[in-house]
Amino acid sequence: MTVNLDQVEPLTLKGQIAVPYTWWVGEVGSKFLIALRDEAKIIGNRCTKCNTTYVPPRKNCGSCFTDIYEFVELGNEGIVSAHTVVRFKYPLQPVESPFAYALIRLDGADVGLVHIIKRDLDRLKNGVRVKAQFKDPSERTGHILDIDSFQII
Amino acid sequence: MDNIAIVGAAQTTYERRKKDKTCYDLVFEMTKQVLEDSGLTLKDIDNVITVSNDFLDGRTISSMAVGEAAGAHDKNVSTVEGDGTFGALYGAMRVLGGFNTTLVVAHSKGSEGDVKHITNAMFDPIFQRFLGLEAITASALQASVYMDRYGIREESFAQVSVKNHGNAKNNPYAHLPMDLTIEDVMGSRKIADPLKLLDCSPVSDGAAAIIIANESYTSKAKTKPVWIKGLAHCAEAYFLGDRDLADPRSLRDAAEKAYAMAEITDPMKAFDVVELYDAFSYMEPLWLEGLGFCSPGEGCKLLDDGITTMSGTLPVNPSGGVLSAHALLVAGLARIIEAVLQLRGEAENRQVPGAKTALAHGINGPCGQSHCVWVLSSEK
Repeated sequence: MTVNLDQVEPLTLKGQIAVPYTWWVGEVGSKFLIALRDEAKIIGNRCTKCNTTYVPPRKNCGSCFTDIYEFVELGNEGIVSAHTVVRFKYPLQPVESPFAYALIRLDGADVGLVHIIKRDLDRLKNGVRVKAQFKDPSERTGHILDIDSFQII
Repeated sequence: MDNIAIVGAAQTTYERRKKDKTCYDLVFEMTKQVLEDSGLTLKDIDNVITVSNDFLDGRTISSMAVGEAAGAHDKNVSTVEGDGTFGALYGAMRVLGGFNTTLVVAHSKGSEGDVKHITNAMFDPIFQRFLGLEAITASALQASVYMDRYGIREESFAQVSVKNHGNAKNNPYAHLPMDLTIEDVMGSRKIADPLKLLDCSPVSDGAAAIIIANESYTSKAKTKPVWIKGLAHCAEAYFLGDRDLADPRSLRDAAEKAYAMAEITDPMKAFDVVELYDAFSYMEPLWLEGLGFCSPGEGCKLLDDGITTMSGTLPVNPSGGVLSAHALLVAGLARIIEAVLQLRGEAENRQVPGAKTALAHGINGPCGQSHCVWVLSSEK
């Protein structure tokens, strides 16, 4: 039997892949997240070869290909070097739009940290100073969102 | 480098939803078409490279499911998980490494999964993924830095969208041919500032394939060979905050290497046509800067001066570019195929008259973390 495939109703099948993971954060990442959780402090580290202070801290400097040992406590304030006010919604966003993503150059760091800004979006532009707003100690779990958001100063 | 050439090219039309075709169907069709285009048979194909992404296909080792569709039954088959330009680069390496021919086929059906979820998963799971970042918002951050650095206005990016969607009207394969004005783009729905709906590429379904052959084998093909004169890729830091997003240094490095191979010193003079990976409108001027067609910050001026329009001296994305059709992974291979059609003189309504040397470009990773640059020529 020859079938004219153009005449066949195209069916779909719904499915989902949901795989649970338990990621080890690593020693350096753990130090960073523990400092957020226990001290409400942002820790970076510095490559002594190229003098770059990284945040989040890394075990190695990618551009020098060396180990990094020197940890640095960074300020909880910094300057916005890039931003976008998000207008669309999808389920993985941590808060409802509109909110903003920003690259934040924390005091003492040489690279930008990506995080969110929830309020005063009309005042947001590159160059503004922002300060980390930590969650209450009881709500902090050693997570990047232990910093609730950054707030424009 | 030994002389190698692209001797076959095929692509599907790009559209929002290919509801009557499975990924397997798309790969089979493209494999059949690229063989027909080249005049070769499967017996002539030494090895096969598939390009796919497990998250997009919703299955692990997605390549294994399309091997037979790619004609790889009982053949040497391997896979690149990344943009098609990188799959094609691996194919070129295989031919340079001793195979006579390599068939490269890429497919994706963004309509079947959820692309925002998938591009969120390209970010670091510990420090970034929980923030909900994905391709659009990451790119919006890049656009923000780029605008700020050089005082670029949103209207300049809008102009790219107008040009490319307009060019797409000449391309029967394009997903979104459109007559637009700058006002249309500026007034389109805000997505992630400064990006509006018409600054963003669509998610398309589609597939494409090419055949690369060594010099001795090119005469077996019926097509006019398109010679690979230079190709290179380069990557930079993974974390967005580590990079200067307004300075595509990995593109500069890749371009320099590809130009050196092709003995190109002045790209503006050397190239007749460019097909580059404009997933967002701002990317076209930024990548043109990285490719050395102008100084940093001058990318938008090329369009202002009319240089990159169809009637200009360096038409960029005559096909309508990625803004007008974006099948993930396939889009870079489509840039190569569009360049091939231009150099064969078969680009029909979008033909750049007399094009002899073309540049094709693809990206991988957020905000162009890595770039792949191809220099192609109709002359050996």
